[in-house]
Amino acid sequence: MISGWFVMLLAIGYLGLLFAVARFGDARADAGKSIITANVYALSLAVYCTSWTFYGSVGRATSGGLSFLTIYIGPTLMLLFGTVIAKMIRISKAQRITSIADFIASRYGKSQLLAGLVTVIAVIGVVPYIALQLKAVSASFDIVFGNPVDASEPWWADSTLAIAAVMAVFTILFGTRHLDATERHEGMVAAVAFESVVKLIAFLAVGLFVTYGVFGGLSDLFRKAAASPELARLFTVDASRSGSWLALIVLSALAILFLPRQFQITVVENVDESHLRRAVWLFPLYLLVINIFVFPLALGGLLHFNGGGMDADTFVLTLPMAEGAAGLALFAFIGGLSAATGMVIVETIALSTMVCNDLVMPWLLRSRWVNPSARKDLSGLLLSIRRGAITVILLLGYAYFRAAGEAYALVGIGLISFSAVAQFAPAMFGGMYWKQGNHAGAVAGLLGGFGVWLFTLLLPSFAKSGWIGKGFVEDGLFGVDTLKAQALFGLTGMDEISHCLFWSLLVNAGLYVAVSLLTKPGAVEVTQAERFVDVFRRPGDGGASARLWRGSASATDLVALLERFLGPARAQQQLAAYARTRRLDDWKRLPADADFVQFAETELSGAIGSASARVMVGSVVQEEELGLEEVLDILDEASQVRAYSRELEAKSKELEAATAELRAANDRLLELDRMKDDFVSTVTHELRTPLTSIRALSEMLYDDPRIDLNERKRFIGIIVTEAERLTRLINQILDMAKLESGRAEWTNGAVDIVAVVRESMDSVGQLFREKGVELATCLPESGPIVLADRDRLTQVMINLLSNAVKFVPAKAGRVTVAMVTAAGEVRVEVADNGPGLAADECEVIFEKFRQGGNTMTDKPQGTGLGLPISRQIVEYFGGRLWVESEPGQGARFLFTVPLPAEQDNNQDGDN
Amino acid sequence: MAHKILIADDEPNIVISLEFLMKKEGFVVAVAGDGEEALAKVAGFQPDLLLLDVMMPKKSGFEVCEALRADNANAALKIVMLTAKGRDTEVAKGLALGADAYVTKPFSTKDLVAKVKSMLGIV
Amino acid sequence: MSRVRHTSAVRQRLVALGLVGLPLLTFPLVSLPGGEIGGVPGLFWYLFGIWGGLIGLAAWVAERRGG
Repeated sequence: MISGWFVMLLAIGYLGLLFAVARFGDARADAGKSIITANVYALSLAVYCTSWTFYGSVGRATSGGLSFLTIYIGPTLMLLFGTVIAKMIRISKAQRITSIADFIASRYGKSQLLAGLVTVIAVIGVVPYIALQLKAVSASFDIVFGNPVDASEPWWADSTLAIAAVMAVFTILFGTRHLDATERHEGMVAAVAFESVVKLIAFLAVGLFVTYGVFGGLSDLFRKAAASPELARLFTVDASRSGSWLALIVLSALAILFLPRQFQITVVENVDESHLRRAVWLFPLYLLVINIFVFPLALGGLLHFNGGGMDADTFVLTLPMAEGAAGLALFAFIGGLSAATGMVIVETIALSTMVCNDLVMPWLLRSRWVNPSARKDLSGLLLSIRRGAITVILLLGYAYFRAAGEAYALVGIGLISFSAVAQFAPAMFGGMYWKQGNHAGAVAGLLGGFGVWLFTLLLPSFAKSGWIGKGFVEDGLFGVDTLKAQALFGLTGMDEISHCLFWSLLVNAGLYVAVSLLTKPGAVEVTQAERFVDVFRRPGDGGASARLWRGSASATDLVALLERFLGPARAQQQLAAYARTRRLDDWKRLPADADFVQFAETELSGAIGSASARVMVGSVVQEEELGLEEVLDILDEASQVRAYSRELEAKSKELEAATAELRAANDRLLELDRMKDDFVSTVTHELRTPLTSIRALSEMLYDDPRIDLNERKRFIGIIVTEAERLTRLINQILDMAKLESGRAEWTNGAVDIVAVVRESMDSVGQLFREKGVELATCLPESGPIVLADRDRLTQVMINLLSNAVKFVPAKAGRVTVAMVTAAGEVRVEVADNGPGLAADECEVIFEKFRQGGNTMTDKPQGTGLGLPISRQIVEYFGGRLWVESEPGQGARFLFTVPLPAEQDNNQDGDN
Repeated sequence: MAHKILIADDEPNIVISLEFLMKKEGFVVAVAGDGEEALAKVAGFQPDLLLLDVMMPKKSGFEVCEALRADNANAALKIVMLTAKGRDTEVAKGLALGADAYVTKPFSTKDLVAKVKSMLGIV
Repeated sequence: MSRVRHTSAVRQRLVALGLVGLPLLTFPLVSLPGGEIGGVPGLFWYLFGIWGGLIGLAAWVAERRGG
């Protein structure tokens, strides 16, 4: 067997390592380089896995099969409802809440009664759980020492006491560094995260060793177990357990929120709300991984020891030892110690804060000893109280462990503890989501639920342990059959945990809701309800909350109060920081207004809890009690203001949208303006060009009468041509402007389109003859009649023909005019054998002042407006004008004019 | 020795008038009908002054001016830009690109001749 | 503003996962898996599979950027 001294040294050495980790964490926090990352936060949540998980899960699996998993599935599901946790964190930060007792007390009017009640429930529910951890440590010592500790052994020789003492020192050192309990214990969190990793690796090591070392892997293990009907029974869950399966999921889901240590780690120690995002999946993943080998270990233990009376709760240690793996057993021992240590430290810190702030302080404040008018620094006293509370809680745990021994009241405590803290659920959830929930309701619910829990679960466990009579369990209270402790009103067929959970939560929630609805809340409660429920909706917590306090105060008194409870140094540091938020250089100039009183109370809350803080602040300021009606009015107004500001926000959004539309419209106008500007500039250019020749040539003729006659004739010819070009240009610009503005005059009538084409050809015939261009036609004798303006149609035709003749080569040029009637329209085609157009030119030529090809020689004839005008005209008649061409292949200009409907019918009739 | 002037414009009638005007004043004149031709003639004809229209096919007057000024060989060449678009931005752009003077069409023949002569240093 | 909205969308998706997970991991569904796969009981596979799947989805929802 392993030497006892060696094991003891190893244990102390491991705790020393935790010290080192915690010191490192604190040092880094002091240096402003926090090591609390999202991953560390998520791992620290695994303080949930105590020695009860480490050793006890295997034991549960040997009797209940896979149902032990419910204890870990519940927290997984609750973490997915992370929005609840986020709200708890946000409220706690805003209100400087330091424990779950403070949370509930603060919400229901900063009530000392509630704070005390919650603390008592937590202490009664959880101290035995601490005892269970010590028992696990003790039992693991026995196993690795190999000699059961004699119960008659004097307490001072007990190694468990030594361990408990080290834990107390650790907790005092790292848990009470600051007075302000809202200050985080980063060193402790780091140590907890570290121990979480250690216990996980230790458990996995044992699991892998047993599964793959002792047995031939998972399937081998399961197959061997399946051979025994006794064990094969564990492979499935039968429907008779369905109730307790769900109950355990609900119970553990509540425990992950409301166990004091979980509240401490999850809410109070949270550094950054965004860490929750990692924890939501990483912590459940941790739970899954640590549970993979629980069931295999249980089966392995049962197979290996063949039901040989070995305690299943010790399989994690005894299996490696039986296989001679002493080193692994020691590692497992460290893992178990680790799990117990983490739980004890955090739970003790959480409980000591509650005991100090919610039980001891109210009593102290009432006693003459801390007369509020005395100006004595109480910060040292506060720290001493907290340290004393830590010591007492651990001693209580140790005492319970020594007294209870193997009694059921200790071994069954895990779920009993869970059920106790589940009683906080109605007051907590109601407090966060239901404004009507009030103080009286919370007190009634908690008392009722706690009473039912005592009667149906804790006291029966005492009875089972033989400490008290069993009469109330077996025969009912006062012999009344319907009052059997674990079959209330004849409700049977449930296990004791489900039975307790059902009745206690029914009574608890029922009383909470009913009493809340039947009684009137106090003014403070209404204010707090608003702050809690709407915490996400009031970012600044400004206006209304300051107006909810009225009275007179002296800044000196408030500062003195802060210095007494926080210590002068810390108080001045906080005051200076607060003054900066109000843009004051010197905190001594702070006005004693509502906001300052609020600040002082919040600061004090961090140190002594909200209920005590309220009493203390009340002792130095003259507060004018606001009536409930008044508070409700102010809150109403505040919510109206919020509604207005939302309306304003909506209005300003509308304005923004309107502005954007205006801007877009303006952009469009600017674009149009720019286009108009371009157009004017182009027109100017087109008008100035012929004027340039006219002016230059006229000036020269005028200045120099000696120019010879031929030159004179030539120049005057040019002047005439350019003057004509100018005239044409002006006419066409006017024409274009009329067409575009819709002011053109149209005289529409029935027009024989063939006649129009022939007339047009006649009027440009001279141009063709001069250039020697052939004009061929392919026209019917008399074409269809269309509805159009005869002159306009002629204008289009002449434009197309004169364009064609301009671009074809002299002598060899050939222009063909054709006409087709099809699909309800007439199509006229003017084809030439000129140079043709490139693809991109085919559209460009229909833009104003854009001419095709190099028109050097013929430039004076073109204005660049003919085609755009023609297109406008054709489109007015409902037709289209376009060109089909390829370079070198000539161009075909085509336009269509729709046939009138009845004409169409007549034609059909003729055919 | 007579100064050489290159006229670059795509309007034949303007070219005719300018050519006549400059020849009458005793200059040696060459003509280009578009931007590319203008660049080629500057290299071949080596004019002392270029009358350069802005709106020309192939290469605009601005592009021609820029290309000429990028080459140090043409440092002595005087460039007078002619435009029918009288906008201030165009004038500024032309001068920024290295033109020596800017004349708006239609122009007074006397003024143009005076300007050309003064730029060539003929009094 | 968009950060807030994003956070709230993530939270709602996680809550939806929780609401799906509860029926999957309670009676009557957990009484259905039987038999064995590779020697390991079906219920063992089922519980750890669903549980792990929920965790994987939660991780995907929570850690996804921008979503």
